[in-house]
Amino acid sequence: MTKKYTFVALALSALISGAAITTASAETPPNMLVIANRIDDIKTFDPAESFEFAGADVSRNVYEKLVNFDPLDLDAGYQPQLAESWEISEDGKTITFTMAEGHVFSTGNPVTAKDAEFSLRRAVMLNKTPSFILTQFGFTPENVAETIVAPDDNTLVLTLDKPYALSFVLNCLTATIGGIVDMTAAMENEVDGDMGNAWLRTNTVGSGPYKVVDWKPNESVLMDLNPNYGGDTPAMERVIVQHIQESATQRLQLERGDIDVARNLSPEDVAGLADVDGVKIVDELRGRLMYWSANQKNDMLSDPNVIAALKLAADYEGMSGSFLKGQYTVHQAFLPKTFLGAIDDKPFSFDIEAAKATLAQSAYPDCGPIKISVRDAQERIDIAQSLQNTWGQLGCDIELIVGTGAQTLDRYRAREHDIYLGAWGPDYPDPNTNAGTFAFNPDNSDEAGATGLLAWRNAWDLPKLSEKTLAAVVENDTDARRAMYKDIQTEFQNSAPFGIMFQQIEQNGMRSNVENFVAGGATTAVSYWVITK
Amino acid sequence: MTQSVTTADGRQSPSIPPWLRKTAATLLTVAVTILGLLFVTFMIGRVMPIDPVLAVVGERATQAQYDETFAALGLDQPLLVQFGIYLRDVLQGDFGRSIRTGQEVATDIARVFPATFELATLGTIIGVVLGVPLGVLAAVRRGSWIDQIARFVGLIGYSMPIFWLGLVGLLVFYGILGWVSGPGRVGIFYQGIVEPITGMLLVDSLLRGEWDVFKSAFSHIILPASLLGYYSMAYVSRMTRSFMLEQLSAEYIITARVKGLSEWQVIWGHAFRNIRIQLITVIALAYANLLEGSVLTEIIFAWPGIGQYITTSLLANDMNAVLGGTIVIGSIFVGINIFSDLLYRFFDPRAK
Repeated sequence: MTKKYTFVALALSALISGAAITTASAETPPNMLVIANRIDDIKTFDPAESFEFAGADVSRNVYEKLVNFDPLDLDAGYQPQLAESWEISEDGKTITFTMAEGHVFSTGNPVTAKDAEFSLRRAVMLNKTPSFILTQFGFTPENVAETIVAPDDNTLVLTLDKPYALSFVLNCLTATIGGIVDMTAAMENEVDGDMGNAWLRTNTVGSGPYKVVDWKPNESVLMDLNPNYGGDTPAMERVIVQHIQESATQRLQLERGDIDVARNLSPEDVAGLADVDGVKIVDELRGRLMYWSANQKNDMLSDPNVIAALKLAADYEGMSGSFLKGQYTVHQAFLPKTFLGAIDDKPFSFDIEAAKATLAQSAYPDCGPIKISVRDAQERIDIAQSLQNTWGQLGCDIELIVGTGAQTLDRYRAREHDIYLGAWGPDYPDPNTNAGTFAFNPDNSDEAGATGLLAWRNAWDLPKLSEKTLAAVVENDTDARRAMYKDIQTEFQNSAPFGIMFQQIEQNGMRSNVENFVAGGATTAVSYWVITK
Repeated sequence: MTQSVTTADGRQSPSIPPWLRKTAATLLTVAVTILGLLFVTFMIGRVMPIDPVLAVVGERATQAQYDETFAALGLDQPLLVQFGIYLRDVLQGDFGRSIRTGQEVATDIARVFPATFELATLGTIIGVVLGVPLGVLAAVRRGSWIDQIARFVGLIGYSMPIFWLGLVGLLVFYGILGWVSGPGRVGIFYQGIVEPITGMLLVDSLLRGEWDVFKSAFSHIILPASLLGYYSMAYVSRMTRSFMLEQLSAEYIITARVKGLSEWQVIWGHAFRNIRIQLITVIALAYANLLEGSVLTEIIFAWPGIGQYITTSLLANDMNAVLGGTIVIGSIFVGINIFSDLLYRFFDPRAK
């Protein structure tokens, strides 16, 4: 949101605070859920391609997966869904799924292992951005005919290139790309060998509780019940998600009862709703992390004592207690809380004297010029300004380089930044999603071009930690795997040129009669089918 | 009948009728204007320091996926070649696909433009219906309280940010009084009921006989249209006042009064008659500005119009969408100019 719009939101918040909304005439029907959300990031509904937040919200309610999360018990981890059971071979490379019965696509076709085979194969063959979630197991467009096979309608066999932790594989299958589409319907709409990709961008053929009946980009998504859904019939027979950009507008609609849920409320509007009758605020920890990272091509920033001093000179509590209040909580490890192996250690707190003492031990006791590259989002600029202030107290000459998301990202991917201030969210609900990017960099050369790895983007060479990260993805004992990630994170906290600072809290405003609204926690997306009013 | 003219060497040659020459010149001007607009927009889009490939593939893409998309977008070609290819596609009616919505740009524009057209038209009608009489009255009663009010209204219209007035309007008339409906084009219960004919919900609901939808749509549009109408009114009334003051001090008005014509005839039959031509230009400009899309109004009222579409696309570096929208807006400007030119000729005998 630009500064201008932020000003608008603040201005209206101030106005609303002074004016009582006395007329609450409207109320949505008991079997209909109306949500205000920013959904302008939806590009496609095709699970092989969809990789945006609002798209994931739709996909989770439309497509079922082999395994999935129970929204009312996310901590339980993946559960059977389209697959009722699975077995792993002795060599750890072959997983055989047995399909559950009673699942039917919205088209009326039953879900079979052939559909699962088709869906996973096409996700690999189409090679869209999220395909790495599957191809990291050795699946390629050339080998899927042998590695993803349904010998009959009831059995699916996945053959991996090497043994992986079973939990790692199954966690990845809960991601959006694991959504199973109706093969018959997709192939009926195939154009130029795209396996239905163009058609599935705007149409849905899943076996989940809902089907999309209308999508107007930047305007609304309308979902009705899938009449063939195999589970309990959801209480909400229709879900409407309206694109409402402004927090202040969402708040007005919520107060008047025109919507049931407002998903993008600013801290000011959340505070303003605290005492409003008929409205409640539900906090939920999400997976997004806010961090800074230092380019190791910069001599000064590659000095461990300089990095340690910068970590000590960040006012974590001050930021989370003021402009980030309610939106972010202090978190200093790369795995979000609730992930397998997450730690809650906070070794760094604002201590300017300790920071100065640490800096004095470095080769740069007077610090020097540092450019912080930050995109033009208000909360990030606020954080950058706080760092500019406190790092300035160390004697560092901090310059903020503010740009669009694409500009800052270009610089980051090209390893041309000093300090990058940004956010990172998990791609799939397994610890490797973050370990594999923060703590893994097998080839630090420029030629490697591993732009997807945050460690590479910061030119951080970490051979031992990379080995540990690789070892953790093949550990099949869950307790041992948890311990490995804890160890990796502790080492990361002590040595990495990354300053992980905060984990996001999502504050959703809703009418007080809305129950079971689960935005998805740190691991998945929203689940409309369990909501009641 | 074919006319001919005699050339210097005495030969007879067929002459081109003036209307044909004028039409050809106009069409050529339109073509050059739009081509220039396209070229400049295209080049700005290509030299902007943001990466269109990342807008498509996202932050997590591998280098191979990045390279594949880079080539697929034709970015490996020289700039002029890229522009040539784009121009060829546009001439064939292909504006490309929006990377943000995943749909054909032409489809997107066909969906968002009627929303803006409907809003801008209603806003202009409100602005003209209120602004012209107010401007005339203010000129006729110069210095009176009516004049003071007109000037105050105009001042507010010029100085108050539109997003501020929009938010206050929403708070008062929707939030507190509940007189109008909230954001969006129609109530949630009526979404998708009316099969589009023109894309304008007010018109389509009338044509389909869906009165409940019409009432809901009207209740949604009236506040943003009034807001835009207010800004139009401020501009139109100020200009009308200024034009009328000039006319009212002219000698022919004194003559008319001396001849004993009624004040009504003097004002509307003589003075106003002579400012119609200038007013046409003013109203056309005001209308074109609203059609261009009042981005902030569209954002505040969640109005899915072309202004919001182009702005959001620009921020996402969705250049196909930006260029497609630019062509539409450019064509509208040119079209309105031509239309006002025609009206000018119609009302002004000298121009004929």
